[in-house]
Amino acid sequence: MPRKELATWSVSYLQILDEDGKVDKELEPKLSKDDLLAMYRAMVWGRITDERMLKLQRQGRIGTFGPSTGQEAAQIGTMYWAGEKDWFAGAFREHAARLHRGESLERQLLYYNGWEEGNLNAPDANPRNLPISVIVGAQALHAVGLAYAARLKGEKDTCVLTYMGDGATSEGDVHEALNFASTWNLPVIFIVQNNQWAISIPRAKQMKSRTIAQKAVAYDMPGIQVDGNDVLAVSVAMQEARERALKGEGPTLIECVTYRLMMHTTADDQYKYRTKDEEEVWWRRDPLVRFRKYLTAKKLWSDAKEEALQEEFKAEMDRQVASFEARKDFKLDAPFDHVYGTTHAVIEEQRAEYLDSLAKEGGDA
Amino acid sequence: MPKLNMVQAINLALDELMAEDESVVLLGEDIGVDGGVFRVTDGLHAKYGEHRVIDTPLAESAIMGAAIGMALGGLKPVGEMQFSGFSYLMIPQLEGHASRLRGRTLGESHVPLVIRMPYGGGVRALEHHSESREVFYAHTPGTKVVIPSGPRNARALMRAAVLDPDPVVFMEPKRSYRAFREEVPDAPETMEIGRCHVEKEGKDITVVAWGAMMHTARKAVAELEAERGVSVELVDVLTMAPLDGETIAASVRKTGRLAVIQEAPRTYGAAAEIIAQVNDKALMYLEAPVKRVTGYDVVTPYFGRELQYIPTVARAKRGIEEALDF
Repeated sequence: MPRKELATWSVSYLQILDEDGKVDKELEPKLSKDDLLAMYRAMVWGRITDERMLKLQRQGRIGTFGPSTGQEAAQIGTMYWAGEKDWFAGAFREHAARLHRGESLERQLLYYNGWEEGNLNAPDANPRNLPISVIVGAQALHAVGLAYAARLKGEKDTCVLTYMGDGATSEGDVHEALNFASTWNLPVIFIVQNNQWAISIPRAKQMKSRTIAQKAVAYDMPGIQVDGNDVLAVSVAMQEARERALKGEGPTLIECVTYRLMMHTTADDQYKYRTKDEEEVWWRRDPLVRFRKYLTAKKLWSDAKEEALQEEFKAEMDRQVASFEARKDFKLDAPFDHVYGTTHAVIEEQRAEYLDSLAKEGGDA
Repeated sequence: MPKLNMVQAINLALDELMAEDESVVLLGEDIGVDGGVFRVTDGLHAKYGEHRVIDTPLAESAIMGAAIGMALGGLKPVGEMQFSGFSYLMIPQLEGHASRLRGRTLGESHVPLVIRMPYGGGVRALEHHSESREVFYAHTPGTKVVIPSGPRNARALMRAAVLDPDPVVFMEPKRSYRAFREEVPDAPETMEIGRCHVEKEGKDITVVAWGAMMHTARKAVAELEAERGVSVELVDVLTMAPLDGETIAASVRKTGRLAVIQEAPRTYGAAAEIIAQVNDKALMYLEAPVKRVTGYDVVTPYFGRELQYIPTVARAKRGIEEALDF
């Protein structure tokens, strides 16, 4: 019996718009003016609200959160091409993507100020958004189940987007999800935002794999690495993956190479484990800056338009922050309403005790 | 009314539910063509096909995680953990998501699913196949834990579990799978989840048990009543979480004495919670200290020693008598 080669593999990388804003004319996708501008708008809204939230956190007006500044192209370049009927099973650093799916800034502020009300999709967000999943990688398995259900129910226009970071690809749940999705040929798009850091652990300490995209190869599904700060490249990869999924050709893994420009969360000090010099390199690759250069070169954007957009968004943020801070209508015993879908004496006895304590301690239910 | 064992009764319940509702799907390891290692799903793959009776790759967390997604996507998944000893790999999904999604979203989402698992000892199995760890699940707010004790209540409770709006961990006492048969009515029936059941009324002492220990308790009670002429009230827990402490307390208020028979290790076991609730609700009615007869706080022994570890009929009887004779 000879020793012979059974399989070979390769992983491709895609960049269309480089960090100086130069576009590869052969690879440039034919996107409409409306789509380009809408994507830019969503990216700016993600960035500007992220910055505002950081200020609010520093002022003690919201709790801890994980900024997504720097990852807007990876998020909008994927989410922008999702269909209404697609499911979104995200992690906790998809701020821009969540806003694009209809979640308001006010809701994000509620969530990050410790109120479950921030997880409600109704009335404005897509009902197929799953809430933030804090446990790393767990949501990838929910995506598998959602895709299975959609297929069994004959929903041919549905696929599932699940997001995770580079660190999550070390988790068993993610590998189990890749295996299940592949074995069952499910319409799942695994979007890995490889932002180089899992809190303090750099990618090189997280894995020896040269790419994360190659992890797809083990499961015999397509994996592609894209410049995650290039919204054009991300868009192309996403459109290809979604087309495959809807044609019944199964899952895809997209590795978006990007960078977490800020701290892990506001409770973190990134300078304990990395340098400002390293961050500077990535600030020069800012996805917004290069996309703005591209749009400007196409005569779709200008400084005046930028200024007007910033003003519009600033007013909108002010409005939503004020609305958030005016919220006082929290039902303190709401957790007792939602332990089970049925009532039970155990819960009602404890609710009575809780309300009694609130009354004695001057709380307000 | 056919006489069925517990395996056949659960199979019947699943069959009925799948016939009634196309959104009911089963998933697990070896549950399809093989019918499950205990044959609980036997025949269902042939009847409902591979898309509804799903043989999964070997990954317990994925069975639970996928079931969560399926439930959110409008299916009613019934997952199987091949043995409860392998189920700990799915706890992060159960604790982290299935049990929390209702609370997390203030009721906007919920996760109606069932995870079945054979549990408990007494079948001469290898390591990890004999544990009784119901409190791992019962201590998880948002999760319901159901433990049948016989064919008829197993069938009724499985139906209730699948129709329930919440995640239900359905723990099947494998020692009772084929230990005895019961008459099961022709028409489907349900029992309310969240209720203990007074299986037999009595006036001198209350005995509480669940799962395979109900079988042990029934024998112990019958022998004691025959030998001593006492009258014992026997309560079957059936739902471990949320626990119906009031039914147990009401029984203790009547009898004044209590013994709890538990297969699991003693410390932090369910018996401790049952006794705490009796203290809250019926302490002044007690005429004797409560006795608990339990497994020991040791690593579950291999089957060479398991019959001495699991409470026997004789040990249960001695415990009940201790509370009676105080």
